[in-house]
Amino acid sequence: MLEISDLHVDVDGKEILSGINLTVKAGETHAIMGPNGSGKSTLSHVIAGREGYTVSRGKIVFNGKSLIDLEPEERAGEGVFLAFQYPIEIAGVNNVYMLKAALNGIRNYRGEKELTSVEFLKLVKSKVKAVGLDESLLNRQVNSGFSGGEKKRNEIFQLSVLEPMLAVLDETDSGLDIDALKAVSDGVNKLRDASRSFVVITHYQRLLDYIVPDYVHVLANGKIIKTGDKELAHALESKGYDWLTDGQESAA
Amino acid sequence: MSTNAKEIDNLVNQTYEAGFYTDIEQEFAPPGLNEETIRFISKKKSEPEWLLEWRLKAYKQFNEMTEPKWAHVEYPPIDFQEISYYAAPKSDEDRPKSLDEVDPKLLETYEKLGIPLEEQKVLAGVAVDIVFDSVSVHTTFREKLAEVGVIFCSFSEAVKDHPELVKKYLGTVVPARDNFYSALNSAVFSDGSFVYIPKNTRCPMELSTYFRMNAMNTGQFERTLIVADEGSYVSYLEGCTAPMRDENQLHAAVVELVVLKDAEIKYSTVQNWYPGDEEGKGGIYNFVTKRGDCRGDRSKISWTQVETGSAITWKYPSCILRGENSIGEFYSVALTNNLQQADTGTKMVHLGKGSNSTIISKGISAGRSQNAYRGLVRVGGSAENARNYTQCDSLLLGDKSAAHTFPYIECKNPSAQIEHEASTSKISDDQLFYLRSRGISQEDAINMIVNGFCKEVFKELPMEFAVEAQKLLGISLEGSIG
Repeated sequence: MLEISDLHVDVDGKEILSGINLTVKAGETHAIMGPNGSGKSTLSHVIAGREGYTVSRGKIVFNGKSLIDLEPEERAGEGVFLAFQYPIEIAGVNNVYMLKAALNGIRNYRGEKELTSVEFLKLVKSKVKAVGLDESLLNRQVNSGFSGGEKKRNEIFQLSVLEPMLAVLDETDSGLDIDALKAVSDGVNKLRDASRSFVVITHYQRLLDYIVPDYVHVLANGKIIKTGDKELAHALESKGYDWLTDGQESAA
Repeated sequence: MSTNAKEIDNLVNQTYEAGFYTDIEQEFAPPGLNEETIRFISKKKSEPEWLLEWRLKAYKQFNEMTEPKWAHVEYPPIDFQEISYYAAPKSDEDRPKSLDEVDPKLLETYEKLGIPLEEQKVLAGVAVDIVFDSVSVHTTFREKLAEVGVIFCSFSEAVKDHPELVKKYLGTVVPARDNFYSALNSAVFSDGSFVYIPKNTRCPMELSTYFRMNAMNTGQFERTLIVADEGSYVSYLEGCTAPMRDENQLHAAVVELVVLKDAEIKYSTVQNWYPGDEEGKGGIYNFVTKRGDCRGDRSKISWTQVETGSAITWKYPSCILRGENSIGEFYSVALTNNLQQADTGTKMVHLGKGSNSTIISKGISAGRSQNAYRGLVRVGGSAENARNYTQCDSLLLGDKSAAHTFPYIECKNPSAQIEHEASTSKISDDQLFYLRSRGISQEDAINMIVNGFCKEVFKELPMEFAVEAQKLLGISLEGSIG
């Protein structure tokens, strides 16, 4: 589904990613861990198409199509979703209204018929229960006045409505207490199936107790330096990152 | 004139007969401003002597005044002797022959607003060979208003049919000498609307200049007078979202509102006059004086305006809060793009005890435009416990536009409470990326953010107007971010 090969990315002339290789097949969940400043968020933004990042080398191929020249909204149309680490507040814009515009934007891109308001509300009602989002948040302004937990839950709710093929979760666990973490993870787990893939970016192994990954990758200094299964996350939890990064340096 | 054109004129005049206008001959006053011109206008309109005197007095005052220069706008000097002050309907030779001759940008906008082809022609000033089917609509709604005693007619008609009301209220809110342009308007005003709502009457429908075919021809010096008698209510809608072309570059209208005890006027404007092309050529100068007088206790005036048009906008819909516990509100969205300039805001003059005012101003600047908020809150010594809340937000798009805020506060009563909040922000890349990553196109995302920014004002507009206004902002912003 997603094939990233030899990806080099610059920000303001400084190389942040230095040759990432990552293959995510349909139905798989990959965790990406790594110390601060290792390039995790850059990777998520580059996949989603944020401006300000220059791909100097390499490829991002999604279902056989190169993403690099596509606009963010076109990538959403192709089936990519990014759950933000810090969901953005937009004053005066109704949460559900925004989501309807998003869903219909995606449907337009795919040449599908737009949903009517009635159809859309029906869909929303069913999803809101599944994610356990407080219904009163639906008609509030986008993320405005939401608690940290509510914002993250709202991201997962959007994910459930937009039904992407690939969801990148950027530190979705940051700032969550244990109950919120469980709720958000539950929401994600319900959306896991054989055709949908997840890339879960996190600092902590804790999240991976709830969203159990098929693969764990360690990103450091713009490269994936180690790949393993969920046991790798446990090892990182007890030993930290140093033993890996030190090893890399001595090997080099 | 061809026979065909004559027929059209006959038809047009028929509409006027049934509607607001009396017979108009095809005549122009020669350009130039002098007593002769004013006498000519007054005579053409068969005005009574007192109104002619009123005009002439205004003209004298105008001659003693100089053009104000304090607004944050720039334009070449206006030669008042070059302007024709009495323009009968345009002859067909001067009009575009078909839509093919009209600025394609303008047509594109009409398309997007979903305006029917025939209406497009009228708006663009094309010589039309059909007449709107507005007579019937117009008659039914007039009958309905007459049942409750509401008067809604053209200004000229009011002078004929209700001279006592016009005489009693004309110039009592905006005296001719108030300012340079109000003096000019008072001397040469062409036509406009007159509304009177009798005591304890709630006007059964929203009054809209849309209903009036001739709204398009009232030209550059429009005069509006609305009187809400004790305990009455009216909602008045002015303008329309379609960009209107007009060969008259200078527009200097005067709007006067009089609100008596326990009465309320809600005045909503959507203004989208031709802003000129991308280089600012050919746009309208809109120098308007709008003021309401809350004369009675517990009276209320609410101004809501959405301004996207005109090359230069210079206006401050204001409230004189004379009555005890009277209320003044001002909700404004002013959007400027390309080379447009706007200097707009309000004046809230608190005289009555417990008078209360709210100002919510949203300025959006795109392109290379200049957008200024200028507001005055004045609390007189008599206004015990007066309150004002002002919120003034500016949104910048791109990096070549500018927003300015000039708040003036004068307070002579220590018990008054005055709050002022102001913010300036740019549409952030974060917001844009967030929405786009959800599948929303850049253009839609900008519209969404801008409309969200204006929401507090839009919710004050009557429903259909609000929907149109939202669409309008989107169209006005097109191409503003590269």
